[in-house]
Amino acid sequence: MILALSFYLFAAVLVVSSVMVISARNPVHSVLFLILGFFNAAGLMVLLGAEFIAFILVIVYVGAVAVLFLFVVMMLDVDFTSLRKGAMQYLPLGAVIGGVLLFELITIFGAWTFAPTIQDNIVNEIAIGDSVTNAEALGRLIYTDYIVAFQLAGLILLVAMMGAIVLTLRKRAGVRSQKVAEQFARKPSDAMEIKKVTSGTAL
Amino acid sequence: MSFDIASLTLILPELFMASAGLLLVVFGAFLGNKSLASISWVSFWVFLAAIFMVLAADWSPVTIMNDMLILDGFGAGFKIMVLAGMMASVLLSLNFVITQDGLGRFEYPILMLLAGLGMLIMIMSNNLLTVYMGLELQSLSLYVLAALQTKSLKSSEAGIKYFVLGALASGMFLFGTSFVYGYTGSIEFQAIGSSVTALASGEAQALPAGFILGMVFVLIAIVFKISAAPFHMWTPDVYQGAPTSVTAFFALVPKVAAIALLIRLLHVPFAAAVDEWQQIIWFVSAASMIVGAFAALVQDNIKRLLAYSSIGHMGYALIGIVLATSYGLEAVVAYLVIYMFMTAGTFAVILMMRKEDVPVTSIRDLAGLSSYQPAMAYALAILMFSMAGIPPLAGFFGKLYIFKAAIEADFVILAVLGVLTSVVAAYYYLRIIKVMFFDEVANEEIVFVKSKSLRVLTWGSLVFVVGFILMPSPVLDFAQSVISGLLG
Amino acid sequence: MASSALLSEYLPILIFIFVAGGMSALMIVASLIVGKQNPDQDKLSAYECGFDAFDDTRGKFDVRFYLVAILFIIFDLEVAFLFPWAVSLGAIGLVGFWSMVAFLGVLTIGFIYEWKKGALDWE
Repeated sequence: MILALSFYLFAAVLVVSSVMVISARNPVHSVLFLILGFFNAAGLMVLLGAEFIAFILVIVYVGAVAVLFLFVVMMLDVDFTSLRKGAMQYLPLGAVIGGVLLFELITIFGAWTFAPTIQDNIVNEIAIGDSVTNAEALGRLIYTDYIVAFQLAGLILLVAMMGAIVLTLRKRAGVRSQKVAEQFARKPSDAMEIKKVTSGTAL
Repeated sequence: MSFDIASLTLILPELFMASAGLLLVVFGAFLGNKSLASISWVSFWVFLAAIFMVLAADWSPVTIMNDMLILDGFGAGFKIMVLAGMMASVLLSLNFVITQDGLGRFEYPILMLLAGLGMLIMIMSNNLLTVYMGLELQSLSLYVLAALQTKSLKSSEAGIKYFVLGALASGMFLFGTSFVYGYTGSIEFQAIGSSVTALASGEAQALPAGFILGMVFVLIAIVFKISAAPFHMWTPDVYQGAPTSVTAFFALVPKVAAIALLIRLLHVPFAAAVDEWQQIIWFVSAASMIVGAFAALVQDNIKRLLAYSSIGHMGYALIGIVLATSYGLEAVVAYLVIYMFMTAGTFAVILMMRKEDVPVTSIRDLAGLSSYQPAMAYALAILMFSMAGIPPLAGFFGKLYIFKAAIEADFVILAVLGVLTSVVAAYYYLRIIKVMFFDEVANEEIVFVKSKSLRVLTWGSLVFVVGFILMPSPVLDFAQSVISGLLG
Repeated sequence: MASSALLSEYLPILIFIFVAGGMSALMIVASLIVGKQNPDQDKLSAYECGFDAFDDTRGKFDVRFYLVAILFIIFDLEVAFLFPWAVSLGAIGLVGFWSMVAFLGVLTIGFIYEWKKGALDWE
């Protein structure tokens, strides 16, 4: 009962906030609705028993991606209302594509046959709710069985890092930045000179 | 334990490239952009060393790393093609990057190295997850390369366009993968293959619509990478906007890796769905040939024209894949080898040309080239004749093998369509020649930069294009051994 | 749906969500009901030292914020990989351990690159 109720709650809020993301007039509101959507998706994941995915959704998407989106929205000086002006003329085309996709999904739902060998293909069976938690079950696979994909993920992150820096980092001319090492290396003798002054004479 | 240290020796070329890339990142970070030339040369030698490692390896099929990767003659052959293409791309970039404002950054060759690694992973993957990782490593590096000239608005635009559409294609790949996994219960190629066979011979005697939908989405993502119509929209804009040396790289290498992946996907996991995918690839092939032939007619920008030309070439290559015969696939490999040589030579000539220190991009600027630079004009003319498929040059034989295979496999309509579009396409290749030889010299003459690497590439590709008729057997033997590595 | 044993652990969170939602709804509704609502045009207009607002409230952010945010995401993802590794370290043996060390090594190289490029400095 509570299960079904919370499923419908999360699902309904997710759908509504997704619609709001694309229809909100203010882009900052769009991002906030996106965050709401992420939270509800995380709730659905918990209901499915995928708690680790739910946490990652909150940590990475809500904590980082949504913040990045906010920055981007604030960085761009785009008039979103004028941007949206032409959108209505694409509506019929979009509706047709959406309709086709919906029709396809319905057809697929009608013909629901799986491969007879599907049971043999299960490689790693994990009973959810066992003594093994989600994170541990994943951990047992990612770092050994799927080591190739894991190391490639590291390389992809490296490329992402390089790409972000190469494309956005610019040295501005005429900016005096703090040079910590130079500050530390500075000795009293570099900065001042002590002179003996005998009384009664000028320097 | 599914992991075994001994299997690391089998992926030596990839490990070597990855570690070299990482070392070069540190090297470049400490030395800055002045290390660009040395990093380029190091990556050139790394690719060469990787070729030798692939050649030295045992080519009998074996799956390693929990069946995520497969090593076989098919993969090894395509790896050699990709690595050779990478070497050519480094040579193409050497002179160009240092002369262009804002392009001479040490990240350039490193990103190429990592993109190359991604392509090798695509070629050797035996699992949809590995395919995705390789695809992303490759594409992410390519997006950054396209936008690398941050001072140029066009380059940034190219990067953004490529990124947005590429991300869409990746999304489609994942969407399709989830369907394929749902219906077959596996993401590993052999397991998918046997499940599809079981599905096709099950009680319904037909594949479920959901599986076909998933397969279509997976194929769309790959076809997007090959830039075949109707998923080619990004190609002209990206080719035009990206720095020319990057365009050359895009035209030369990623397509080859994507074709290798496409062939493996169609012949291992989706082998039992041959009737279904033949229709799709048939359409894509025909559409690419038509788009490549007609859309290029009105172009004045050389890079844009070559973009449409590459779309057309991919259409011809796809004919060989539609046939699903070993002879057809051999024709594809031979076609790709010839295509790579022609493209490398053409871009080498284009990269040499400057007008008032600005790279030449307009066809009109070529006017009267033969009167003051006859050697280069003849070189470009021969390459254009070969691209158009005029005998006795290599490009003609590439098309000949493809059409012959198509007729033998009773795909006459495709072959006829191919011949007709070749005739149309010949118009715009010949137009370049006409402009060079028969038009009046424009106000300013083109200056050719002195670059040994570009000259070597031009002459090498000319020797291949002209000499192919005398000795076609090395290419054909290579194609045969590559395809026998997949089909046995 | 997953087993009820797992989900019953999340029941307090569900209750908390309802309480939080209820509380915030209560506060908004209460201020609507209790407070005197008597809006007019001057009350609703933006107040800027007695002048009308000059331009858009949103100012452009520096692109640097974006760089910081994206580097944060990358390291955030890296940390996300550490959680399952930490809890399963006993079961995955030496290979699992060195696999993570190699992963962290790659990202350390990224970090060195970032540092030397000056992406972490604020001008």
